[in-house]
Amino acid sequence: MSTPQMDMAEARKADSLKSARYERLRLLARSWTFMAGLIIVLFWVGCALFGSALVPQDPFNGDLLNTLAAPSADNWFGTDQLGRDVFSRVIVGARDILTVAPLATILGTILGTTLGLITGYFRGLVDESVSRVIDAILALPLVIIALMALVALGTSNTTVVIVIGVFFAPIVARTVRSAVLSERELDYVAAAQLRGENAFYIMFAEILPNVIPPILVESTVRLGYAIFTVATLSFIGFGIQPPSPDWGLAVSESYGLINGGYWWTVMFDACAIASLVVGVNLVADGIQGALES
Amino acid sequence: MSFSGLLLKRLLLSVVTLWLLSLIVFAGAQLLPGDVGRAILGPLADARAVANLNHQLGADRPLVVQYLDWIGHFVIGDMSMSYTFRSPVAPFIINAMLNSLKLAAVAFALVVPLGIGGGVWAALHVGRPLDRLISVIGLSATVLPEFVTGIVLIMIFGVWLDWLPITATAPADADPLTQIYYLLLPSLPLVFVLFGYIARMARAGTIEALDADYTRTAVLKGLPRRTVLWRHVLRNALLPTITVIATQMGYLIGGLVVVEVLFHYEGIGSLIYIAARGKDFPMLEAGILSIGIVYTFATLAADLLYSALNPRIRFGAVE
Amino acid sequence: MTMTDQTSIASTGPAAAADALVIRDLDLAYRVRGKDRQVLRGVSLRIGRGEAYGLVGESGCGKSTAALAAVRYLPRNGRVRSGSILVDGRDLFKLGGADLRHLRANTVSMVYQDPGRALNPSIRVGRQVAEIFVLKGMPQAEAFRRAAEMLRRVQIADPTSVMERYPHQLSGGMQQRVAIAMALSINPRLLILDEPTTGLDATVEAEVLDLVAKLRGEYETSVLFISHNLAVIARMCDRVGVLYAGTLVEEGTTAEVFANPRHPYTVGLLRCLPRRGRRKDHGRLDTIPGFLPTPGAVIPGCVFAERCGLATDRCHQEAPPLHDLGGRSSRCHYHEKASELPRTTPPDLSAQAVVSREGQPVLRVEKLNKSFGTAQHLVQALRDVSLELWPGETLGLVGESGSGKTTFARVLMGLTGPDAGATLELDGKPLAGRVKERTNEALKSLQIVFQNPDSALNRSHTIRRLIDRSLRKLTNLPSAARLDRLIALTRAVRLADRYLAARPRQLSGGLKQRVAIARAFAGDPRIVVCDEPTSALDVSVQAAILNLLAELQSERKVSYVFISHDLGTVRYLSDRIAVLYLGRLMEIGPAERVFSGPHHPYTEALLSAVPTIDGTAPERVRLKGEIPSAINPPSGCVFHTRCPRQLGEVCRSQEPPLLPGAEPGHFIRCHIPVTGLAVDRRELKSAQGAAE
Repeated sequence: MSTPQMDMAEARKADSLKSARYERLRLLARSWTFMAGLIIVLFWVGCALFGSALVPQDPFNGDLLNTLAAPSADNWFGTDQLGRDVFSRVIVGARDILTVAPLATILGTILGTTLGLITGYFRGLVDESVSRVIDAILALPLVIIALMALVALGTSNTTVVIVIGVFFAPIVARTVRSAVLSERELDYVAAAQLRGENAFYIMFAEILPNVIPPILVESTVRLGYAIFTVATLSFIGFGIQPPSPDWGLAVSESYGLINGGYWWTVMFDACAIASLVVGVNLVADGIQGALES
Repeated sequence: MSFSGLLLKRLLLSVVTLWLLSLIVFAGAQLLPGDVGRAILGPLADARAVANLNHQLGADRPLVVQYLDWIGHFVIGDMSMSYTFRSPVAPFIINAMLNSLKLAAVAFALVVPLGIGGGVWAALHVGRPLDRLISVIGLSATVLPEFVTGIVLIMIFGVWLDWLPITATAPADADPLTQIYYLLLPSLPLVFVLFGYIARMARAGTIEALDADYTRTAVLKGLPRRTVLWRHVLRNALLPTITVIATQMGYLIGGLVVVEVLFHYEGIGSLIYIAARGKDFPMLEAGILSIGIVYTFATLAADLLYSALNPRIRFGAVE
Repeated sequence: MTMTDQTSIASTGPAAAADALVIRDLDLAYRVRGKDRQVLRGVSLRIGRGEAYGLVGESGCGKSTAALAAVRYLPRNGRVRSGSILVDGRDLFKLGGADLRHLRANTVSMVYQDPGRALNPSIRVGRQVAEIFVLKGMPQAEAFRRAAEMLRRVQIADPTSVMERYPHQLSGGMQQRVAIAMALSINPRLLILDEPTTGLDATVEAEVLDLVAKLRGEYETSVLFISHNLAVIARMCDRVGVLYAGTLVEEGTTAEVFANPRHPYTVGLLRCLPRRGRRKDHGRLDTIPGFLPTPGAVIPGCVFAERCGLATDRCHQEAPPLHDLGGRSSRCHYHEKASELPRTTPPDLSAQAVVSREGQPVLRVEKLNKSFGTAQHLVQALRDVSLELWPGETLGLVGESGSGKTTFARVLMGLTGPDAGATLELDGKPLAGRVKERTNEALKSLQIVFQNPDSALNRSHTIRRLIDRSLRKLTNLPSAARLDRLIALTRAVRLADRYLAARPRQLSGGLKQRVAIARAFAGDPRIVVCDEPTSALDVSVQAAILNLLAELQSERKVSYVFISHDLGTVRYLSDRIAVLYLGRLMEIGPAERVFSGPHHPYTEALLSAVPTIDGTAPERVRLKGEIPSAINPPSGCVFHTRCPRQLGEVCRSQEPPLLPGAEPGHFIRCHIPVTGLAVDRRELKSAQGAAE
């Protein structure tokens, strides 16, 4: 059985004798979309970590005599309706969202991976019933489920992390499950069973290392959606709570002012959100591309 | 399994899923620490007043009874009474649903041709700058939260350029064309979000079909490029995209909440939002379950459409 | 319809009869990650009118690329660096879009591997065939009529109903016939066949090849036949070209090249093959040392010098030209001495057969049944299979798809449980049906080597870990002793130490399979099931693995259950052979007896279907129809629907018992007694003919 793909495969094998990982990193570095995304993300992470030390003005207490001032040399992004410097608020606003979203993602990934491994490996009744429940949960969009849960549990950063994390788990589980299903067909799983390995070992020591690439891709994509969801929830009042300078919250507090022409109270926060989500997704896309090749 | 057998099995599965959903929705509301009465009246209210309210609302009956009562009524169309409006929930839901469906229809009418067209075009120029451009645009647009795009669009088209109205609700007796005009701007954030995903699927499907052996056979027969594309490639490329379009319903509905709030539109999204803010549980539960129903049937329809169009499933395996 | 063209060349005959294909000094490369990897180097060949030319080589040699170049269907990163291709006298690379399409629609056709994928799954078969005629301007109805006619020519019995179906509803053999029909419907000058029967069952393959040979005669088409299987090429082609690392190293008529090769590579390749009648105790197979050069590697001298036993300094520095030997050619400085190529592996007889039939068998299987599915749709994959395996013995298991041989392996290993009523005994002790219930002793005594080492070795683990883990689970050795054992195992399978730290993707197919064998032997097993262990490997590598298995057997007295569809390798390695058809045991007995006869009619047909290099195949027994589906097996003897020796009513209604055959230990499941089976078919036919 011979195809030009095979001739090319031989050509590629020559490359794989060097470290494959090194090749992938080089490929990533050459992708300008990945690098652009990485720079944006690193910038905002920096703001989240060091922002409060470096901002020119106090993001929480405004000068009530200087409300709704247009952007100028004193206030690069202008001031909002409480006289707070918008620039400082935008910088510090990165902190909450970059705490809540990654935590939720990590929670979701861990839960989801475990769930996916178990349902994918055992199949049968366990898998069927869990899949039904997952389908039911996923019939509703996250925002709405989150709404319902947060009405019941009360809204705080912790509950938001838990709600989003728990909701992400089935989505991650689905991806992990399908990856596990295809791994399971491979003979090394049978070989492990024929050695007398128990299920726990097979799932975590044999199968898991091979499904890490899709898990990695999925979790970076989930991070993008986590940021998306936290921002949206903050916008409708069920996310990050005042007095945080969080961007979604700031937009919800000020968007009525657009009509009056006070665009700066909203525009910069909106762009900050946009840049962060796009950045994260460019990174996710880059990773996916590198792992596929 | 025969095709009608398949249909029945899927239908049954959908019903089971919906039933599970109703359990989840009901359980979600019961997550409250405390009870319904307390949640409405607040932590400072008198215990007797809370007990009274609970009794009035029937919240002190056993859970199973409450659930059966609720679901029993829901199925025949009685969604009980709204706490906030003190009137039956059902008409609100139905009206809101219709409005949302109009908005969704406009969004779909825009995004499906754009998404598929963009994806296929990108696939035909794969690796070249045009492909990269469409992919990056699609990727970026998908992840922008609807309120972000919504607000930027409002600022540009509504305020600065004043080309489009910034509320979604047309005057009461407007004709369909005017209604669409009003729905145009609000549908755009939804279009952005869905475009990327649909374009991506269409692109991936087309690339796979272009690389397939059967495409090689078609080309080597000497068929002109256009015939190869339309007759051989596209029908295989777009088949998986159909299922994807239906599942996009989920993202669409999530976006509805934000878009409807932003544009002051009385759809199911803003209804749920108001219910959530006002802790109006009957409205909230009924609204969420209705959305679940619409979504489940949309997925079922897509699934069946896919099965009907895919000869492998429709006609089964080897003789 | 050829169009005369300024660039058409005059071949050996008058100008009008241009050669079907002329490739001149073709240099082709793929651009991978910015660098050019050369795939074809200076390839030249010529196929005259009505000629059949075989292009043979191992994987990665570039033969498929050559085929696709001939139709100008290279992937985007394929680059022709120099050289030209003339198809029916027209310069392929100078053709414009419309002319190229015209060429493809009228002059050249291609049939390739995996017909299931070559047909569009969403379009009905009839329409796919008819569209060729529609392209020529025929109206729909006429086109469909011609399509049906074409399908009849490829021996499809009921064309109209087949045309209504979708590709996935047809069997593999049927799909390939449709592909052939499509290819020949334009009456092409040149038909290119790229591994058209790889992946098809032996009997189906024989039918398809018969068909191609017959149609070739009727249409006077030239054929370019590409394969890695030398025997198929010997059968189908007049001339052959041997391709190695993108270079044509030898060319000539098939008879001459295979009987008297003049290039060391061809010599080595032929020596690797288990030829008719050779068995493991006659001596080891020869192998070709080293590995294929990585494509794109710049090789100053002869491409084969690295691995050639005759190579001198001159070979490493100076690329040999193509020496014309009168009707054949060879690209070797020392072509006269080619047959004196020294052996890589000494032929010593260390692989003595070591079967001992005293005491009890190491494995006893009785009344093994295995079914899948529900009560309504029951598929019986194995039915009433009983056999024994003795220490040191190799039992070869042969059968085509649906025979149940893979299921048998899985049931034996415990990966799936047998139906109730079966008896399994390992060394006299009962063997549990499922892996989970087996003792540690059983686990280490019964191991398996899978077909595909990419699937069988966990790609995330290092080689060391892969073998060590087996040692840990299957033996009780402390870690120091384990390390010694690990080294001993790698030595035994000839795996260099430096590979221990590597991961599977860094090893070639042959090396990976050695690792799999080392792993199977970790616990010093009594039985190793080999499930098509060499099918995924190149010819030169196969020989090394077979040698290894034979060696390990004679050293350790281990028994093998050797499953393969390749009768040559089965014959080489097996002491006894069992033939399965639709889950039933049709014949079992000593290997030589099963091969030489008298044997079961199915075995007879199977053996006649396998082509040989020296062309001395027994007369072809043609089976009617296709392999029946296991869901609805035929009544009585399951083979009766296709059996050329069918007796009539008794075969249709009663399942035959296993009757004794020609010697003790030989059994045949047939109503015809062995004396009847010994009668030559030709005599039978003439007797029948005379009676009618």
